[in-house]
Amino acid sequence: MDNLIALLIAAPLLGALVLLLGGRRLDKSGHWLGTLLAAVSFVIGLVLFADMLGKSADDRALHQTLYTWIPVEGFQADMAFRLDQLSMTFVLLITGVGTLIHVYSIGYMEHDERRRRFFGYLNLFVAAMLLLVLADNYLLLYFGWEGVGLASYLLIGFWQHKPTAATAAKKAFLVNRVGDMGLSIAIMLMFTTFGTFAFGPVFEASGQASEGKLTAIGLMLLLAACGKSAQVPLQSWLGDAMEGPTPVSALIHAATMVTAGVYLIVRSADIFDAAPDAQLVVTVVGAVTLLFGAIVGCAKDDIKKALAGSTMSQIGYMILAAGLGPIGYVFAIMHLVTHGFFKAGLFLGAGSVMHGMNDEVDMRKYGGLRKYMPVTFVTFGLGYLAIIGFPGLSGFFSKDKIIEAAFAKGGTEGWILGAVTLLGAAITAYYMTRVMLMTFFGEKRWQPAPDADQAPSAEPAAEHAAGAMPHPHESPKSMVIPMILLAVGSVAAGAVFEFAGFVEWLEPVTGFEHGHSPVSAAAVTAATVAVMVIGVGLAYLQYGRRPVPVVAPRGSLLTRAARRDLLQDDFNHAVFVTGGTHLTRSLVYVDHSLVDGVVNGTAAAVGGLSGRLRKLQNGYARTYAVSMFGGTAVLIAATLLMRAV
Amino acid sequence: MNPVNYLYLAALLFTIGAAGVLIRRNAIVVFMCVELMLNACNLAFVTFSRMHGNLDGQIIAFFTMVVAAAEVVVGLAIIVSVFRARHSASVDDASLMKL
Amino acid sequence: MSANLAAYATSTGEAFQFWVLGTVAVVGALSTILMRKAVHSALSLAGTMIVLAVFYLANGAYFLGIVQIVVYTGAIMMLFLFVVMLVGVTAADSLKETLKGQRWLAVACGLGFGILLAAGIGNASLTEFAGLGTANSAHGGNVEGLAALIFTKYVFAFEITGALLITAAVGAMVLTHRERTERARTQRELSEQRVREGKHVPPLPAPGVYARHNAVDIAGLLPDGTAADLTVMGTLRKRGQIRDVSTEAMADLKALEQRSEERLGRDRDEEEATR
Repeated sequence: MDNLIALLIAAPLLGALVLLLGGRRLDKSGHWLGTLLAAVSFVIGLVLFADMLGKSADDRALHQTLYTWIPVEGFQADMAFRLDQLSMTFVLLITGVGTLIHVYSIGYMEHDERRRRFFGYLNLFVAAMLLLVLADNYLLLYFGWEGVGLASYLLIGFWQHKPTAATAAKKAFLVNRVGDMGLSIAIMLMFTTFGTFAFGPVFEASGQASEGKLTAIGLMLLLAACGKSAQVPLQSWLGDAMEGPTPVSALIHAATMVTAGVYLIVRSADIFDAAPDAQLVVTVVGAVTLLFGAIVGCAKDDIKKALAGSTMSQIGYMILAAGLGPIGYVFAIMHLVTHGFFKAGLFLGAGSVMHGMNDEVDMRKYGGLRKYMPVTFVTFGLGYLAIIGFPGLSGFFSKDKIIEAAFAKGGTEGWILGAVTLLGAAITAYYMTRVMLMTFFGEKRWQPAPDADQAPSAEPAAEHAAGAMPHPHESPKSMVIPMILLAVGSVAAGAVFEFAGFVEWLEPVTGFEHGHSPVSAAAVTAATVAVMVIGVGLAYLQYGRRPVPVVAPRGSLLTRAARRDLLQDDFNHAVFVTGGTHLTRSLVYVDHSLVDGVVNGTAAAVGGLSGRLRKLQNGYARTYAVSMFGGTAVLIAATLLMRAV
Repeated sequence: MNPVNYLYLAALLFTIGAAGVLIRRNAIVVFMCVELMLNACNLAFVTFSRMHGNLDGQIIAFFTMVVAAAEVVVGLAIIVSVFRARHSASVDDASLMKL
Repeated sequence: MSANLAAYATSTGEAFQFWVLGTVAVVGALSTILMRKAVHSALSLAGTMIVLAVFYLANGAYFLGIVQIVVYTGAIMMLFLFVVMLVGVTAADSLKETLKGQRWLAVACGLGFGILLAAGIGNASLTEFAGLGTANSAHGGNVEGLAALIFTKYVFAFEITGALLITAAVGAMVLTHRERTERARTQRELSEQRVREGKHVPPLPAPGVYARHNAVDIAGLLPDGTAADLTVMGTLRKRGQIRDVSTEAMADLKALEQRSEERLGRDRDEEEATR
């Protein structure tokens, strides 16, 4: 069974290689190959899962070492994989949701000339993501980490003929680089502290290392997680990443890649457990992002960007839970999986809506779509109910647990975190209801397509010639079926996890403690439902009772700020771009005046001296003869002097 | 008469020749001055030969003459070809490392 | 006589000869470097060299004395003269110094050098001649003595100088030789080319036309009295050795006209007087 682990990665990797190197002859069949190989990986995952269920909890972890990757004396990196319950969860999520989204993309990307390449990138992503979660040491994890970054870059910029997409890809890549720097520093710190970066030895040794070093490693790992998972302060790329094709947004920027940060923190649980300061920072980052994303999500009119804000916020929940320590790790992962289902479903629904609306993304120009797209409406609605935490659906179970755990943190912190998570739940209910109402309810606010050229090339030009009114229709089966399956997951996953023992499943890997909440579980549940109802009610009052204006009203100061992503880009520009420019200018000034001054001064001195010496070197043989003659005279004088002395 | 007088004469002629090399611009005259310097040396060698009573000095003077003859042949050939190329025999004209 | 010349002490005659001929040698050397015309320099140098030959003889170096006259004065200096002729015998050099400070430096270096050399000689410990009597008579004479040394002790140097001489001879030929890469054009071809180019269709005019000179370096005069440089051969033209007599000719012509006018005027006066 151990040997199957490498096959998990090999299948999509083979797909990526074949599709990207195969050339045009695969244009007709490439998407089938890509989907098949993703499915193969999923099947292997299921086989391994079945095998794992058959073992006792303590020896479920599998290890496979392919070869020594970097064999340097004192620096050994193995191409080694670890498949334990945590990795297994991710493998099933990645390959399962991944396969569904491959199927969805067959329909969604049907008219794109570069579909084969798209599937190649998707397979590359799946392979890299699997490598990330299966790696048995931090260096290999870093390899996968960079691999998903590359795939993310390629897929965000897939329609690179659009300047916005190209810029968004670059932005994502650059912001991720900051986080990646954190990961590489963390790995270096580990190597100097423990002399290794393999998971097992590092976790074993993390008890003995000094807390200061562990805190440093933890903070660096958090920085990495912030970059990859779009947490404050490295959150700015996620909204722009929505420029990529919608399946990409669903798979990479909602369900899997952006949760890699949560995986990293949960995987490094032993380090964080020994560094409470780092843990506190993790929870703060999670709490801030939770509210930040939620507020941004409330103000966006672009359906994908609203969902992106929501993603940010939900990952904030996970990070917060991961920062709570053993009382939260399991719930972070649980919420991660349920979020993977319902958020992927929501994105696919959004993609389906865009598909029917001439790639219009502005929700103010939707309205009343439930009659035209019934299946999309139902699946999107189930995802909606799941995310707001409607009792019985998956989001209810996972979010409720996180809120409970936040209260269980204890002390003032516990109260603050609990309040923040509750507030987040209310805002979540508000903005998701807003999305739902603006898209599927109310009167039609459809607008003719402004200009066919601006639409991405996913659709044939004939379907949305300039000025044509959209005629919404249900999407093809290849798109609808994945949406239905994900909706089923959104509905059932929470209950299944709750009653099938997700906590016991993960406990051997992450550890688990029952938090002692100052508030009873029932009270927390009641409060959660209550704030959800309040949020939904507020949104209904604002968007359900009154007609939605097509042109966005000016809005309050907060609304305007939230539309601009709470000024994140302005902040980055003011602090880093302007600051960097000033720093560079002053450095250039120093370079010009001081460094160049020294260099140029030396050069000028040498030049001046040479200019004078050059006069001796005038090319006239007679001048040289004089110096020879004078030299001879001096020699004679010296000889005579020597003899005289 | 003090035999050293011959040496003084040789030194004087040598110095005059050297000064000529430094002062004159005509390559042919410069060359003649070089010959003058060589002859001054020869006079010194011959005097030394007589002073020391052996013939080695004369041998050296003899070789000097042979070498001077070779030098004159090549040197004059160079002057002639330079003159052909630039219609001038001035050593100052050839102050650049190109034509 | 030879015994005397090679004796330890120097005779009064030799001392007289030294001072007289030494003066001549120094004057010759000075005029070598101070004469404006290269040919004068060469002649002065030749004189100095002959004086030096006499000194060689006086010092008992008979072979070298003769070689000095035959090889140096006879061959090398004549070679110099050939080159001087080739370059232009009439060209006089300007003695004005063009390099800044060169003359002062040269004089300073020369004086310093000379004084130092004289000081060195003044310090010399050997103030007497050992004489060449024994050395010359060991092999039966000066020439035999030199030959014995050259072909025994200095035989390698001698061979190498032989190689040097051959190299120099070949080198001189290589330096001055110009390979004709194409056939020399015939007179017919040259005239055809002239016609084809349309320039100077008839042969170039001979020098001295309309002039009262027929030397090759005097340009012919055009009808208006100006000199036509074309009539002088190219080599002289390049050297700038054209003698222009046009002003003289014009002046002559003017004088002729004036004289004839005077004559005619006088005739007229006489006629009027007779009338």
